[in-house]
Amino acid sequence: MEDGRTLQEQAGPPQREPPVSGEPLVVESLTTEIRRRRGSFAAVDNVSFSVRGSEILGLVGESGCGKTLTALSIMRLLPEAARITSGRVLLGGRDLRGLREADMRGIRGKDVAMVFQEPMTSLDPSFTIGMQLIETIRAHGAGTKREARDRSIEMLENVGIPRAATRLDDYPYQYSGGMRQRVMLALALLLEPAVLIADEPTTALDVTIQAQILDLILQLRDEHGMSVILITHDLGVVHEIADRVAVMYASEIVETATAGEIFRKPQHPYTQGLLRSLPELARRGTPLPVIEGRVPELGALPASCRFGPRCPNRITRCDDEHPTLERANGDRELRCFNPTEFELRLGH
Amino acid sequence: MEIESSAASTQPSSSSGSGTNGSLLQVRGLSKSFPAERGGLLGRPTAWLSAVDDVDLDIAAGETLALVGESGCGKSTLARMIMRLIPATAGTVDFAGLDVLNADRQELLRYRQQAQMIFQDPYGSLDPRMNVDAIIAEGLARQGLNKAKRRSRVRQLLDVVELSADVADRYPHEFSGGQRQRISIARALAVNPTFIVADEPVSALDVSVQSTMLNFLHDLQDRFGLTYLFISHDMSVVRHVADRVAVMYLGKIVETAPVEELFGNPLHPYTQALLSSVPTVSREGPSERIVLEGDVPSAIDPPEACRFTGRCFRVIDSCRAAVPPLEDSAGTSHHHVACFNYEALPRGRSGTQGNHS
Amino acid sequence: MATRPADVHTGGAALAASGAEGRLRDAFVLLWANKVALLGLVLTILFLLIGMAGIVILLHPGLHHLWEDQNLRAVLVTPGSEGHLLGTDNFGRDLLWRIVAATGLSALMAVGVTAFVIVVGLVMGSVAGFFGGRADTGITGLIDLTWGFPLLLVAVIFAGMVGKGLNAVVAAAAVILWAGFARIIRAQVKTLREREFVEAARMLGTPAWKILVRHMWPNVLGTVLVMASYYVAITIIVEAGFSFIGLGVQPPTPSLGGIIAEGRNFWSVSIWPSVIPGATIALIVLGLNSLGDGLRDIFDPRLRRF
Repeated sequence: MEDGRTLQEQAGPPQREPPVSGEPLVVESLTTEIRRRRGSFAAVDNVSFSVRGSEILGLVGESGCGKTLTALSIMRLLPEAARITSGRVLLGGRDLRGLREADMRGIRGKDVAMVFQEPMTSLDPSFTIGMQLIETIRAHGAGTKREARDRSIEMLENVGIPRAATRLDDYPYQYSGGMRQRVMLALALLLEPAVLIADEPTTALDVTIQAQILDLILQLRDEHGMSVILITHDLGVVHEIADRVAVMYASEIVETATAGEIFRKPQHPYTQGLLRSLPELARRGTPLPVIEGRVPELGALPASCRFGPRCPNRITRCDDEHPTLERANGDRELRCFNPTEFELRLGH
Repeated sequence: MEIESSAASTQPSSSSGSGTNGSLLQVRGLSKSFPAERGGLLGRPTAWLSAVDDVDLDIAAGETLALVGESGCGKSTLARMIMRLIPATAGTVDFAGLDVLNADRQELLRYRQQAQMIFQDPYGSLDPRMNVDAIIAEGLARQGLNKAKRRSRVRQLLDVVELSADVADRYPHEFSGGQRQRISIARALAVNPTFIVADEPVSALDVSVQSTMLNFLHDLQDRFGLTYLFISHDMSVVRHVADRVAVMYLGKIVETAPVEELFGNPLHPYTQALLSSVPTVSREGPSERIVLEGDVPSAIDPPEACRFTGRCFRVIDSCRAAVPPLEDSAGTSHHHVACFNYEALPRGRSGTQGNHS
Repeated sequence: MATRPADVHTGGAALAASGAEGRLRDAFVLLWANKVALLGLVLTILFLLIGMAGIVILLHPGLHHLWEDQNLRAVLVTPGSEGHLLGTDNFGRDLLWRIVAATGLSALMAVGVTAFVIVVGLVMGSVAGFFGGRADTGITGLIDLTWGFPLLLVAVIFAGMVGKGLNAVVAAAAVILWAGFARIIRAQVKTLREREFVEAARMLGTPAWKILVRHMWPNVLGTVLVMASYYVAITIIVEAGFSFIGLGVQPPTPSLGGIIAEGRNFWSVSIWPSVIPGATIALIVLGLNSLGDGLRDIFDPRLRRF
């Protein structure tokens, strides 16, 4: 662990151009540590990416890879045991890390909003949907109560809730799972944030409902021109709606590219392995390709390449050095010493 | 899984028709209602939730039948009735000649030596206070083994599920999700079953662990000649593992067909919408999703009508007047559909995947 | 294969402690980290030790003089006086020894009542929650009936039947208190019953009684321990209360409530004979409750430790 960090520090953060107006959110070398009984570990390690205007960026990885913690670090909604130790989060050019908590509260919801996986726990069960929407508008000091109510109804209609004017006075339990997720989106979009972070927004929903919500996110992006960070473990969902994709493994980003590049010509062996192991791509009657070994534990990350022990392309250098995230051809960033070409074969 | 659908040839000429001798498991008219509301002085139920309604199923020895549907469609309830974990309201379950639902104590014990279940939640399915040895040995309790023999059998089972023998004295919280699932499988295999109900066995696992587990389940089937009832909501998993598929919607089976037939030529409007809703990495170009309106309705006191009418894009008057029976589709004897107004999708629009030759 | 046997070692090694011994050690580590619970543990151990000493001097006739002997030349002396660390009462009896004896009586009764409550509550609650149906309807009805009776009323009835004294209080407490515990166990067993590991056990043909003993009881152990500390505290307060109003232990046998009541008549001279047993009750209850809270934290299912 110690060695690993020193190596990274020597390597330094990837060089980036200063934020331009086309990138409403830029994350630079963000590191967030979690305190455990045996010490502190970087659960988000030197993560850099940016989201462009009106873009849907998919942030994918398996459970525990740090994708949710990255989002919570951006929102500064970290659990008690976690702490941002370095890096910058630039929202419209302003570094959110430097802000006081009071200022941050003004930014959450207004400039960057987040929706979570479980819409039931994110809504207060003892207030009507309307009260929660109106409260959010008024907390940011916009207009009279009447105006706030009208705006709430408009927003509910926007996210496809029928009879919004009456359903405004219903309590969360009177809504179905899909409808609650729509309400969460309405809440998140009330103040027209520049960036929406959606953390597994459809994981708890059935596929027919998931299709509705994904359509809704696309439609809202088109209408409001907001940028979206879509966090998910479901590569299918990312393929359906994301423009660009960042793949995380063991606290780090290992590959970033446009969705087309990631899904058709993935270069990092981990990305390739994830795609290969999807049942939909495998031939029936043959074993599914698997990624050998297991995800390393947070306290036991190799100082060299973190994917090295499981990697089919491993070369000597992978055992000695920690690769940095480098700009590869075109729009791609890659953390690998020995990338290989790999064309995804479709069908059976 | 056998690539050729050997199952199809042993299928009944009509799903709801006369039973077949080739089936290992035959389910007929199986139904389950739960009291949804109580009222009156004695707290008698005043409304019933029809969780499973008049379901027929046949599973041939050695095949994998996938039961798919969305949450709350009744697939887990159906599985638990087949396993006699919960009582059925009506219907019969025949397992190799045994009337499961009316089996006496001895017969039931024998049934449980042959039919086992593995669960979705690798955390809930293992007693947190028992070590691996005790968990697996629970299945051996009725085999009259002495201590030494039991120990060696536990080791052997651990070997089958590819865990090292020295995990035997560890507790469930020390294992990853995939490892727990293996322990759970070892426990089920302890009785040497021939039939296994797998209730969403890979849904709680990460993609890379999931593929390993699916391969493993397939190896087990080959090795022990197992028959699977594989319950899942994940269509791409189903497509990879199943020989035949039964699609459930709100307590009813709406379509059954051999796997390639179902994915290549879905007939029921719900199946068509379900398949087109599955996000995939292989569909090219703009997706042609059939996005269903509205939510899954409640199954409390459902009317005598097709349960899909509220969301269906092909609804006609007769759909509201009667329950469509599950019948042979035109020209085939192994593709059954419960719909008054079904129509095949135009070629190239069907299925979740790009091509399926 | 993603799960090669070798990987199991690295996965398991992260948790150094394993097995029952390890879990006990973990429990102690957690208790040590929780200072309030540790204070509770110390107070409770102290209470039990003093209680045992008290039982000895109560039961051994040769030692009765310690708490029985009067000395009318040294009545109501203040704590710290020579030979009387906690002073004396209005008969000149040594308060320290009387408190020790009374604590013994309380401990004996509280542990007895708690044992009864736990055993009866566990059996009734498990049977109702696990088997459901008619057994559940019957037991739940009994619980509701018992729950509705005021403890005081039952104690008065019992006192009328068997005479005032310890027996009436013990019987009343035991007969009423089990219901609350049974209700908690019933709810927990009902939830556990739906867990998949119980379904798995049923499918393996494990008999019902074995599922109860092997799967249910170990999983409610945390609740049992926490509630035990709570019932010991409750019983002590109940006993003190009844002895204070004269329904409980009869003089000259010392009891914490009785000593407070006797001392009440001499407040103008000295408040100590009332304050000291009062403080003793407070410390015992504080200790038990802190320990109970600590145990609850340790057994918190969200921590998934046990």
